[in-house]
Amino acid sequence: MTPEEEAEFKRRRRARNYVVGGTLLFFVILFYAITVVRIGSA
Amino acid sequence: MSQTVDIHTGIDAASPTVSAEQSRVGMPTEWRDFFALTKPRVMTLVIFTAICGLLAAPGTIHPVLGFTAILAIAMGAGGSAVLNQWWEADIDAGMKRTANRPLPGGRMRRSDARDFGVFLSGVSVVLMGIAIGWLAAALLLAAILYYAVIYTMWLKPRTPQNIVIGGGSGAFPPLIGWVAVTGELTAMPLLLFAIIFMWTPPHFWALALFVKSDYANVGIPMMPVVKGERSTRRQILAYTVVLAPIAVAPWLIGGTSWVYGSVAVVLSALFFALALPVGLRARKEGEGFAPEARLFKFSIFYLFILFAALVADRVLAANAVIGAGMFA
Repeated sequence: MTPEEEAEFKRRRRARNYVVGGTLLFFVILFYAITVVRIGSA
Repeated sequence: MSQTVDIHTGIDAASPTVSAEQSRVGMPTEWRDFFALTKPRVMTLVIFTAICGLLAAPGTIHPVLGFTAILAIAMGAGGSAVLNQWWEADIDAGMKRTANRPLPGGRMRRSDARDFGVFLSGVSVVLMGIAIGWLAAALLLAAILYYAVIYTMWLKPRTPQNIVIGGGSGAFPPLIGWVAVTGELTAMPLLLFAIIFMWTPPHFWALALFVKSDYANVGIPMMPVVKGERSTRRQILAYTVVLAPIAVAPWLIGGTSWVYGSVAVVLSALFFALALPVGLRARKEGEGFAPEARLFKFSIFYLFILFAALVADRVLAANAVIGAGMFA
């Protein structure tokens, strides 16, 4: 793997990690909100 | 399902067009390609009709739960779109319109797409079940299986009527949105389902008349390819005639007021006026497809305005600007 390819490899992996991390954070917040709403209406 | 899959690439070994070499991806797949697999443009219509079903339904839903229901529907639509492209990678490779999608473009392993589709679909159904209810979740699961299995795997390669029955998968979102609020299946959400179901053939076949050569190249039995232009045109007209009373039916059964009813009558009359020249046309060799293009564009406008009118009707009734429908 050339240095350019390695840099591209790392860029793609980092971008994917950010997206996966952001998605997980979003679902943590969403499930917290759903729980609050469901308990509140029970 | 029995497939021989290269364990290194995840490529179906029987694939004639997507070669293992082409798809042997050395780089991690870009997240944008995963996103592109969910067919975001198609999803906008799914989200729109689902929101309309949710807003038009009698009753209220907490905004957080309403958002979650729409998210689950969007994820389910995305998951089934991913599974569709996983299964049809070879077909997509043979058509100009789809050849640059992530799988035929060789930017992603086929097994990654399959796993992503199954994961997205599974999470969407569980999310819907936990947050909203298991009737809505069951309908969402049915919609996913309908599109990914009944349409993509079974009907599409076998019958020119594929789009008629396959249109059902696009008809689920407003039904699920409605059920997410009410928790029960009644005549109104079934009518919303029927409207999109009957709208799909004239909408899609108007487009298929343009791109028939593309479908012919990959052996998909689309109506214009198998039955010819004349038969397709007659069927476009026939489905348009059947669609009109179904579009007006929510008003006729008392589910909406005259506001939706009058919009449905006017739009359906315009739809018929545009479908008539398409249905009766005997196109000569070398002539273009202007009437078909007009019908295709109007069909999208038709559905957007019809469902927007449904929501407007509900909002006006809720604010006592107009009288509510009998079942509202």
